[in-house]
Amino acid sequence: MTATVARKRSALTKGQLPKFAPYIVLAVALVVAAAIMALIGFNAFGWGIVAAILFAVGLVSWSGAVEGARKAKDKLATCLVVGAFLIALLPLISVIVTVLINGIPGLITPGFLGTSMNGVTGAFDNKAAEEGAPVLGGIYHALMGTIQITLLATVISVPVGLLTSIYLVEYGNDRPLARAITFFVDVMTGIPSIVAGLFAAAFFFAIVGPGTKTGAVAAVALSVLMIPVVVRSSEEMLKIVPNELREASYALGVRKWRTITKVVIPTAISGIASGVTLAIARVIGETAPILVTAGFATTINNNVFGGWMASLPTFIYTQILNPTSPSNPGPSDQRAWGAALVLIILVMLLNLGARLIARMFAPKTGR
Amino acid sequence: MTTNSLTTSQGAGRAGDKVFSGAAMAAGCLILAVLFGVALFLVVQAIPALTAPPADIQGGHGFFAYIAPIVVGTLIAAVIALVIATPVAIGVALFISHYAPRRLAAGLGYVVDLLAAIPSVVYGAWGAAFLAKEISPAYDWLATYLGWIPIFEGPASATGKTILTAGIVLSVMVLPIITSLSREIFLQTPKLHEEAALALGATRWEMIKMAVLPFGRPGIISAIMLGLGRALGETMAVALVLSSGVLTASLIQSGNQTIAAEIALNFPEASGLKVNTLIAAGLVLFVITLGVNMIARWIITRHKEFSGAN
Amino acid sequence: MSKRIDVKDLNVYYGNFLAVEDVNINIQAKSVTAFIGPSGCGKSTFLRTLNRMHEVLPGARVEGEVLLDGDNLYGPGVDPVTVRTQVGMVFQRPNPFPTMSIRDNVLAGVKLNNKKISKGAADALVEKSLVGANLWNEVKDRLDKPGSGLSGGQQQRLCIARAIAVEPQVILMDEPCSALDPISTLAVEDLINELKDQYTVVIVTHNMQQAARVSDKTAFFNIAGTGKPGKLIEFADTTSIFNNPSQKATEDYVSGRFG
Repeated sequence: MTATVARKRSALTKGQLPKFAPYIVLAVALVVAAAIMALIGFNAFGWGIVAAILFAVGLVSWSGAVEGARKAKDKLATCLVVGAFLIALLPLISVIVTVLINGIPGLITPGFLGTSMNGVTGAFDNKAAEEGAPVLGGIYHALMGTIQITLLATVISVPVGLLTSIYLVEYGNDRPLARAITFFVDVMTGIPSIVAGLFAAAFFFAIVGPGTKTGAVAAVALSVLMIPVVVRSSEEMLKIVPNELREASYALGVRKWRTITKVVIPTAISGIASGVTLAIARVIGETAPILVTAGFATTINNNVFGGWMASLPTFIYTQILNPTSPSNPGPSDQRAWGAALVLIILVMLLNLGARLIARMFAPKTGR
Repeated sequence: MTTNSLTTSQGAGRAGDKVFSGAAMAAGCLILAVLFGVALFLVVQAIPALTAPPADIQGGHGFFAYIAPIVVGTLIAAVIALVIATPVAIGVALFISHYAPRRLAAGLGYVVDLLAAIPSVVYGAWGAAFLAKEISPAYDWLATYLGWIPIFEGPASATGKTILTAGIVLSVMVLPIITSLSREIFLQTPKLHEEAALALGATRWEMIKMAVLPFGRPGIISAIMLGLGRALGETMAVALVLSSGVLTASLIQSGNQTIAAEIALNFPEASGLKVNTLIAAGLVLFVITLGVNMIARWIITRHKEFSGAN
Repeated sequence: MSKRIDVKDLNVYYGNFLAVEDVNINIQAKSVTAFIGPSGCGKSTFLRTLNRMHEVLPGARVEGEVLLDGDNLYGPGVDPVTVRTQVGMVFQRPNPFPTMSIRDNVLAGVKLNNKKISKGAADALVEKSLVGANLWNEVKDRLDKPGSGLSGGQQQRLCIARAIAVEPQVILMDEPCSALDPISTLAVEDLINELKDQYTVVIVTHNMQQAARVSDKTAFFNIAGTGKPGKLIEFADTTSIFNNPSQKATEDYVSGRFG
């Protein structure tokens, strides 16, 4: 048998598609799809879909002919799975692009971050839309509101959530109370945000009086949403602390509560802190609970306990549904998208911050 | 032997243990109390609406006639969302766990989690401003060619703000939930089973069919149910995107309404009996989502013992 | 600074399950005693009753007496926390606190109990404990570095220093070398030889050669079968146990016929 430079033929390689087969099929699919789209009116989205379908059909049938049904099914599965991923990316890219395109003009308008909507009426918007006057009004009040309400919600949620997770991990031991708490905390993660808002509203109606709408009520509503997240993530972090550390502490004659506060929690603190940050990131974008509890103000209100308060999400919502000038919704849209961009930036910063915190506070192993 | 040197100890420390464990338990009980309180207050505030004479309630035929079409609308939107999201989510989860190159897998998981980080109001704004406009031509096409099917009955909405659009936006929001749960479950498939399948000469897809999917089935089901719970309760995606109206079978016309959107749109300006009505609607939503979530969690806990992942 | 331990009719339970039955043993002050026996015979369980760590597990309890120089560890009104300041423990896997420096690890027993101690006294205690654990020369220049940055053998000696710093009467060691390489094991065994000048040491070990090297007296535990309680079979000078045991089970075990 002469050794050849060409590809060796062995019993293990026969009956396979050539390695460059997918690329051939891809190229053909793109061309044919372009031709089809040229006939019925070209748009990029349609071209992509038709090309994808042609690619899948082409590759799978070619594989079926050469390699057999089993491998063809495998290739079909691969096409579908990769396709699913690409489909999932589409809305992500679309949302981000939309927010950027529509939000940047709003964000760079001078005064956007520093002013509120105090005094901005439909007349101003009409002038802006029809005569090119600058778009007035900004999100300062909403930004402040978001920060204050979220801060208050955090102050309520973190102690309650952390103490509960400590109870579940350190003292619970499968007791009925612990099992009940775990089960209902899980259930709480599924409470619709608007129901949490209704609860806080109803709670304050009953206690303080009907029609109470303040930032504090909104903070309570957000706490209902935050607490289960804090409990779950803190619980996971506490469970990760090796039992050996607790035993080492007990063996030194240290009491349980001191062991928890001085050994267990410091070891778990990075995970706990990043869990709390993620919980904040989750509730900072909630609209419904704030809508039903804090109303929506147009002026700056720094008192969490009195009067309506604006927040970024409710600002966006109201600007879109009830534009300041119904005949010229353009400026309202611009402000809304600017606010949306700010909100997304905040959420991304919080998510990033959570990762950084996790890394920063992790117990170091300096060698 | 009467005096024991070991009994002279720090008494104060002992009290510390009791105080601390008491505080921890109190925090846990507070959560139970809150949950109980949610149900209680909602019921108390809802009762006037449930017992009021039918003529006083919006629509004039009593509470159940008012809420029934809205419940149906809620279910329609949720079902649309799940029908779209589930296959895509499972595909993405499989992609990340079994198809993507190892080094990319973590990064790709993060990208999908980005979908979850975007606030719902932004999705609603996107749905209203972008998706509705872009998808409107497709609705016209559906009405023209498939209009004989009741759900595609024309004339299609000119703005594209229909329950189908809202359902699509909902599916995007529900996708990351189902994906991340499924992904974790697929990653937990015992390597032994996967290797056994591969050693028998299975292709990658056959290995997944034999080892990964059967192992993950209860987890997938509970992930779907959690996604369902989210879809049922989501407000902004619907309130901003749907042009609401009476219950309609056609998915491409404006009309239909969900509970959450109904509450969000009407509560700020409501007063008197209307408030009670909306709270009663919230109670209905709470009960439905509670049931769905409890079933989902029950499935997970029941199978944790068998999953071998401890 | 070291006390004798006298155990009388001790039965150790996990809930209703009797794990170790009827132990009677007298351990002298300033000696090294080794507990040997096959896996699952209850030697670690019994060791943990000597500093009341056994009851940290839910449902675990003990009947009988453990006397420390005459004081019953399980007497009425006795606080387990006090017991553990007198009877220290070193575990199988080194477990320095990862969030603390070497210095703080050594002082952990003091600091975690909020006992006030001047900086000078603290420094002296750190040096004394690390010297006592044969670790001082290796770490004296990096006392502020994290404890988890040391090698396995060094970490274990750090844990021993941590146990010594509390100034206990007795040091219990639960298979302290089983996670260490041979060189570190030798270092720890040398250390045990020095520790017995000041402390009563009880060491559980799987390694019979180690027991022969290190201990004055040896106790052999055995178990009749799974589900049955463990028992103390024989307790005598180490040389007798290994060369001339009086029980057949002991002889079978030390000559390698089972275990």
